[in-house]
Amino acid sequence: MKTVEEIKSAIEAALPGAAVEIVPNPSVSGQHSLRLAPESALAVAKFLRDNSDLALDYLSNVTGIDWPDKVITEKVKVTRPSIQTVDGVEKTVEETVEETRKRLEPGSLEAVYHLYSVEKKHGPVILRMRTIDRTEHVELPSLTPIWRSAEFQEREIFDLYGIVFTGHPDLRRLLMWAAFKDHPMRKDYIEPDDFEYEPTAHDEVLKRAQEHQAAIAQPEAGAGQ
Amino acid sequence: MSESQSHSATLAERPEGWNRPALIQPSGDGELLEVAMGPHHPSTHGVFRMDVALDGERVIRLRPVFGYLHRNHEKIAEGISYLASMPYTDRLDYICPITNNWAYALAVEKLTGQQVPERAEYLRVILGELTRFQNHASSIGFLIQEMGASGTPLMYAFREREKILDLFEKLTGARMMVNYMRFGGCRVDASPAWLDQTRKVVAGLPQFIDEFEQLLATNEILMARTQGVGVLKADLAVNAGVTGPMLRASGVNYDIRKVDGYGIYNRFDFRVPLGDHGDVYDRFMIRLLEMRESIKILEQALKDIPTGPIMDPKAKSRGFRPKPGEAYGRIEAPKGELGFYLISDGGPNPYRYRVRPPSLINLTVLEDMCLGHDVADVVLIFGSVDIVLGEVDR
Amino acid sequence: MLGEGILKGMAETAKNFFGSYVSAERLTTVEYPEDRIAPYEAARVFPFLVFDSKSPSNPDAADWEAGLRCVACQICEKECPPKCIFIEKSKDKKPDAVGKPQFYPARFDIDISVCMSCQICVEVCPFEAIKMDTVFELSTEDRFGGLLLDRKQLAKSNEYFHQIHPTEAADVDDRLSEGRAKTEAKATAGAIAAAIKGAEVPAPKPPAAKPTGAES
Repeated sequence: MKTVEEIKSAIEAALPGAAVEIVPNPSVSGQHSLRLAPESALAVAKFLRDNSDLALDYLSNVTGIDWPDKVITEKVKVTRPSIQTVDGVEKTVEETVEETRKRLEPGSLEAVYHLYSVEKKHGPVILRMRTIDRTEHVELPSLTPIWRSAEFQEREIFDLYGIVFTGHPDLRRLLMWAAFKDHPMRKDYIEPDDFEYEPTAHDEVLKRAQEHQAAIAQPEAGAGQ
Repeated sequence: MSESQSHSATLAERPEGWNRPALIQPSGDGELLEVAMGPHHPSTHGVFRMDVALDGERVIRLRPVFGYLHRNHEKIAEGISYLASMPYTDRLDYICPITNNWAYALAVEKLTGQQVPERAEYLRVILGELTRFQNHASSIGFLIQEMGASGTPLMYAFREREKILDLFEKLTGARMMVNYMRFGGCRVDASPAWLDQTRKVVAGLPQFIDEFEQLLATNEILMARTQGVGVLKADLAVNAGVTGPMLRASGVNYDIRKVDGYGIYNRFDFRVPLGDHGDVYDRFMIRLLEMRESIKILEQALKDIPTGPIMDPKAKSRGFRPKPGEAYGRIEAPKGELGFYLISDGGPNPYRYRVRPPSLINLTVLEDMCLGHDVADVVLIFGSVDIVLGEVDR
Repeated sequence: MLGEGILKGMAETAKNFFGSYVSAERLTTVEYPEDRIAPYEAARVFPFLVFDSKSPSNPDAADWEAGLRCVACQICEKECPPKCIFIEKSKDKKPDAVGKPQFYPARFDIDISVCMSCQICVEVCPFEAIKMDTVFELSTEDRFGGLLLDRKQLAKSNEYFHQIHPTEAADVDDRLSEGRAKTEAKATAGAIAAAIKGAEVPAPKPPAAKPTGAES
């Protein structure tokens, strides 16, 4: 079984334009993954399946992950010109000031593929692909034409995360019903308001239940007048 | 049994779309009858719907629809600790809670590198193989019932299942929702009295399989209804991610107990039965033969089980925070490859918790197997896939 | 012969059917609710709170409230997977099962329509206060609140615990008496040390010594 570095070099040797990056895995499981660029993902997947040494003919698992937008606070040294009075004369002086800046690092959605080989009995080889952001550019190429087992799993990721897999033969919702809006597995999903009876509510649920009770009591109070 | 077929060499030469269902042209005036089989249906193994388009009796299109039992287990797991997800894994494939627990514990142990003591490994194997036995028994029983046997073989299978569930209750406190595995071992130790009772039950199991085989394996009705029905070719099975008895019935030699050798499975001497044709009859016989192999493993494990601790001494029940990283752990569950993919961010709750459900992925080829057959065979083919909706929908 | 397989199968079924008249092993039906199978010792259904009938503060009373072992630490509330436990701490303290003054629960609700009998609350409780019961015939007609068990309904005596889980109750009693012995040993050691300290204060002064001011 080849290591991640060997697989990366094999891919780059066969497909010179493919951008492949190793993503190390800090845990003791040692399952490092390869990040693929969406443009060349289909070609890389075909190579991995058809190559006689790797023979990764079995796609075991397709997972969706949500990486939300992060607000990063950092201290930055900024050089600014400022007017100061020196010896009674006004001069423009450059001064260095430390500022606290907040910047928004855009999040993305990710799809992770676990591949094994039934013929050579080795694995796993893990591939990853990220979308550009979480709102508008959420397309990724579908690997269903290469491995049929991605069919239902990519549909589920479309349903629960919102990644649109281009080239999928039948992209519809899988677990939620067809008219459902929103994507439940995202980190910023808000559940619908059905908190009528919550006898042992805690934290978030308690807050929502109290809001629900207040919302019901309000119109009654208004109508009672 | 046939050898495994080499198929990857020819995958590259396949034409475009070779692994999509081949559409059938309806005959006659082309008027199709659309039937929704389910979700309220005695034979759909749970709340499951199949939209079939029929030309007379022949199936032209079949679309599975599920999600009726979706409980968003994966999102719940992101909000509770790792240990608190263990009882929820019981409820995934609710016929085999032990193997669900085992797969989750294995994934967490891969993430953290914990070691499992020997006695705990033996206990895991014993309970896992008992689970496999009762799962295959009830699966075959349900399949025969769907053929019209009015429940008699099913009740024989359930009689054995009751003995095994009694053993589970005496050990773990509950018949089905056992909550038994922990990260680094098992929760409750088995007393010598329990092991003796298990040995007695296991000694009575071969007689049940003999009775079953005599009842059914040469039954003409069974053979006529299942042989040649629902054929699944090996290369399509591998490409579609099918695992478990369904894959082995198509002749592909891939059993994760042999391939990965997780736990202590490489110490036991057991064979992997393979099928020739990949039809419903092969899947039925594979499950029967796997029950015999499970008995072999059980006898060996019950003989060799050592004394000792059952938990990793460094494991703690509260304040469990694995270091950041990810791991994918999988086992050979009775239904197929059950895997858990965990991403940890260093906190007490997992960042991402994913269940790789064998039942859902085995359903990918349902349409391929049913096209061209009569609608009466759809129930049989579906029953031979052996799914549980708790796992499909999570 | 055609049909041989079917005939063999019917012979098997006939053996089981007629055999059930002669052999008890083949007749496995228990006619519930007239006959009941006793639950196994390890069986678990819903939790209950254990109270000691003779608690250190009130040795002669069978008062469940005084004898409750629970100290409202809320660990079970945090670890419960479906969050079906709701606890409100009291304002004052009372001695617990090993004699230390601790808070007690003013409110302890378990919603058994949500509880999934996983017994994680039992595993994490450090005070042996919550254990699993075996009663399951708890159906009620009240949809809202009928399945919400409060403190009084949950409190059952240690004798009852011995009845349903004898081995486990014996182990728990051993652990608790060890804990009590330790607390008592610490208390006695503390009392002896305090007594020594108190006795040491006048002893070093010789009885004949008088204050300087008085002499002159």
